[in-house]
Amino acid sequence: MGNEEDIGKIIDYSGREFQYIGKRTIRPDGVDKVTGRANFGADFTVNGMIHGRVVRSPHAHAKIKKINVDKALKLDGVKAVITGKDFPEIDINDKAVGEVVVSYYDMAHNIIARDKVYYDGHAVAAVAATTPDIAEKAAKLIEVEYDVLKPVMTAAQAMKKNAPVLHKHIHTAGVEPAPEKPSNVASRTEFKLGDPAAGFADADVIVEREFSTQTVHQGYIEPHACCASISADGNTNIWCSSQGQFMVRAYTAKICGMETSKVKVIPAEIGGGFGGKTVVYLEPLAVMLAKKAGRPVKMVMTRDEVLRATGPTSGGTARARIGAKKDGTIVAGELELVYEAGAYPGSPVALGCMTGFAPYDIKNVSCVGWDVLVNRPKAAAYRAPGAPVAAFGVECTLDVLAEELGMCPLELRMKNAAVEGTQAPYGVKFNRIGYKETLEAAKAHPHWSAPLGPNQGRGIASGFWFNIGGTSSAEVMVNEDGTVIVATGNPDIGGSRASMALMAAEVLGIDVARIKPLVADTESVPFSMLTGGSRVTFATGKAVIEAAQDAVNDLKRRAAKIWDVDVDQVEWENGQAVCIESTQHKPLSIAAIAAKADKTGGAISGRANINATGAGPGFGTHICDVEVDPETGYVTVLRYTAIQDVGKAIHPSYVEGQLQGGAVQGIGWALNEEYVYSEDGRLLNTGFLDYRMPVASDLPMIDTVVVEVPNPGHPYGVRGVGETPIVPPLAAVANAVSHAIGKRVTDLPLSPPRLLAVIDGK
Amino acid sequence: MSEIQFATPQTVKEAVKCLAGAKGKARVLAGGTDLLVQLRAGFVRPGLIVDIKHIPELRKVKREDGGFRIGAAVSGAELGANAAVKKAWPGVVEGLELIGSTQIQGRASLGGNLCNGSPAADSVPALIAAAATCHIAGPKGTREAKVEDIVSGPGKTTLKPGEFVVSFFLPKRPKRSGDAYLRLIPRTEMDIAVVGAGVSLALDSKGVCTEARVALGAVAPKAVLVKAAGKALVGTKVDDAALEAMAAACRDACKPIDDKRGTVAYRTKVAGVLAQRAARIALARATGE
Repeated sequence: MGNEEDIGKIIDYSGREFQYIGKRTIRPDGVDKVTGRANFGADFTVNGMIHGRVVRSPHAHAKIKKINVDKALKLDGVKAVITGKDFPEIDINDKAVGEVVVSYYDMAHNIIARDKVYYDGHAVAAVAATTPDIAEKAAKLIEVEYDVLKPVMTAAQAMKKNAPVLHKHIHTAGVEPAPEKPSNVASRTEFKLGDPAAGFADADVIVEREFSTQTVHQGYIEPHACCASISADGNTNIWCSSQGQFMVRAYTAKICGMETSKVKVIPAEIGGGFGGKTVVYLEPLAVMLAKKAGRPVKMVMTRDEVLRATGPTSGGTARARIGAKKDGTIVAGELELVYEAGAYPGSPVALGCMTGFAPYDIKNVSCVGWDVLVNRPKAAAYRAPGAPVAAFGVECTLDVLAEELGMCPLELRMKNAAVEGTQAPYGVKFNRIGYKETLEAAKAHPHWSAPLGPNQGRGIASGFWFNIGGTSSAEVMVNEDGTVIVATGNPDIGGSRASMALMAAEVLGIDVARIKPLVADTESVPFSMLTGGSRVTFATGKAVIEAAQDAVNDLKRRAAKIWDVDVDQVEWENGQAVCIESTQHKPLSIAAIAAKADKTGGAISGRANINATGAGPGFGTHICDVEVDPETGYVTVLRYTAIQDVGKAIHPSYVEGQLQGGAVQGIGWALNEEYVYSEDGRLLNTGFLDYRMPVASDLPMIDTVVVEVPNPGHPYGVRGVGETPIVPPLAAVANAVSHAIGKRVTDLPLSPPRLLAVIDGK
Repeated sequence: MSEIQFATPQTVKEAVKCLAGAKGKARVLAGGTDLLVQLRAGFVRPGLIVDIKHIPELRKVKREDGGFRIGAAVSGAELGANAAVKKAWPGVVEGLELIGSTQIQGRASLGGNLCNGSPAADSVPALIAAAATCHIAGPKGTREAKVEDIVSGPGKTTLKPGEFVVSFFLPKRPKRSGDAYLRLIPRTEMDIAVVGAGVSLALDSKGVCTEARVALGAVAPKAVLVKAAGKALVGTKVDDAALEAMAAACRDACKPIDDKRGTVAYRTKVAGVLAQRAARIALARATGE
């Protein structure tokens, strides 16, 4: 199953009927979540546990002159204080090159500042005390002397000639000749296809627009939280919520200078991550505090800390230029992206460059990206990192092009849609993809042709995300009564437990209710890459399918032993072992085989450790209707339809939920979410009151259309699903608003004050 | 947090005694929907919290002189369920009901909303437009005051040490009159007004406006009664020209700030827009449409 020879082969699903896959089964984690029993990051309590608190910089940019911890240490109940000096120094060139380049030096300095602070909220010290109140008091007693520097708050400021330079060791990468002076521009990235200049020369119509977006946060409801315990011999346990227990183990061990085997991470339920929990913030601090105090330490962030110091994704600008023939054939595309990385290099600008034009078959493309340092928190991954802003630029410019050509924006996309065999600007030739199918579904949907009233507008936009595979492991354990445990190493952030159980059920041929999916700790299953990149249902699912197949093989061997026949005589049908040669042997169920396991060789299980390749890209098309109040600039989203090729929906309800959730986050990004800073670089909206994510009543029911064009790289046709749906909404909303007001909007968010200024021409 | 004293007096007299005798700063707690947030955020650290919602008088709504006496701690949910008040002063009830979520509505009160001193308090412009008054108790006895005279600036009131608002009085609703309150928030709920506008007006038998009060929220350091806006309506049939004159008066009265929730230009323009829209609703209510 799923071996190398399957990859790239087109699997014909037309005749395939699934027994369990595609069913809307009850979610395995549902009861605990609706009854409040599920344990999230902040829910763990350990004997002797004390409480940690972080001291954070009030300045956006400053040198740390001195940290005096004496007063804090004298406070009754305080057990430990740490600063950057308590951590091992990490080599400046120590980097992990994986899916993204991770600089351990930057990570260590971001987790706790050493000689400089780079953003409002940057951790400078931490304290642990017997109660949260004492810890908070002690945090206030830690005296930090700063030499306050001028902050650089936007990419435009940062790129100015005489701008203060954040890091003296950073020179712009990707430019020739290599610059001698340090710069706030960390890197330049370029992707090129064909001959863009020639393409534009050949165009009948050329349109160009520039767009801007603001820093936005993932907005997970659960703040970062962990509990760390360390024994005298250095064995460390960490309970925390994250997008990867193995990620937490690797990063914490690295930052704290420990061996991997000394660190065990026990995953909690996760209350939202969206990419923001693919890194660590608290865990190394908790471990160091626990080590110094000799007591387990629990740390829970406040919302203020979450917004000031964790995860946002980059604000940035996107300039798109598109050239087309009169018939709508696009002959050239150009995209220039400038993304704010935050305090350390690593905005997702390269991913923006790779994705912006990916839905289209364009022979000549140039995409250039700039990664720019500013005094804001270091950008972390956020659902399809980099793609939404790039798509915002491209999809809005396409809308302008459609107007110029007098063409329907859907037909323009249809005419230029990437199909199987299309060369994508980022290097690959697409295998079987379903972009065109999403456009056809949009055209056929009643939403597309529904009438609009005054002050209303409709927008359409598409989006692309790669989806990835990677290293995954799975264990399928048959219990004594024939029930089954499916253990994997991936936190369930979007319904993966249900999907794993369904895929195992399909292979084993037993009811999904008899399968218990488990998110195991780092010492109970082999290594798995974190939950991200829309990889889990695809890659870990593939591992589960293989592990279940391995368990079936074991079950067949056991049946052969019971019957005393050759294993070749045993087939697996509908959850039973069947003897093909002899009818005197009645079929044996899993339960029957399990009951005799001790007589046939002990416990029965299957396993798989794989590096999954063959992930199938995901394409989505969204339709959005809005009404704009012309006197107040208030936008009401009237109707919204999200259409996506998902390959195969293992659990359709979860898939629809992903489409809806991504759309909602994108709508928030488009309408009201933004980081608001003061002149001196302090974040002004550090709570959900003024960091305005949509609430339920702000939105219509998000309609979904699940298109299934199977991914040939997966035994059941699965494509990643979770990230693509946040890519189209920025442009879908902006296009709708532009049509409603009769003017092109280019700057997000389209909050009432900003939009009214556009309407009034100010 | 251990040093904060907490008192739950059962009578107005007891409450005054607690407040007047407090060491350090005393804060009154009704629903607590603002105070608890401020405590958690570390904005305030009172020495004493006096929970007034156990005083029966503070939780009652009763008829008085043809109008209504409403206890300062009556919650939004309670007032929203009072058909008589809702019928007479729909704008006031709507303003109170706009505060927070369903859960918050179980606690949020007129007294807390006013005395918290926020310029954006949703119930305050409607109360001012309704010419509501406060009954105040303090160490020197009781006194009455107009709602518009209570708040002196952001987070500040004219209440003297030991004083607190016991109840509100909504006057008798004249014939052919109506009120309304509208606010602008970027969301649909659970937000703070960028601009708020309350209008109360009365008509004679020919449909000519005889009285009108217009109050704005979130456009100045405190909610303001815009007398010129009311005057612009009186003597008219509340037609488009009168409404535009009223809106102009509203814009003139705005002294807003640029902040994370809105700009000066935005608040000023939208104050006129919302006042007009609120006036149209009040007019429709007055004419029984």
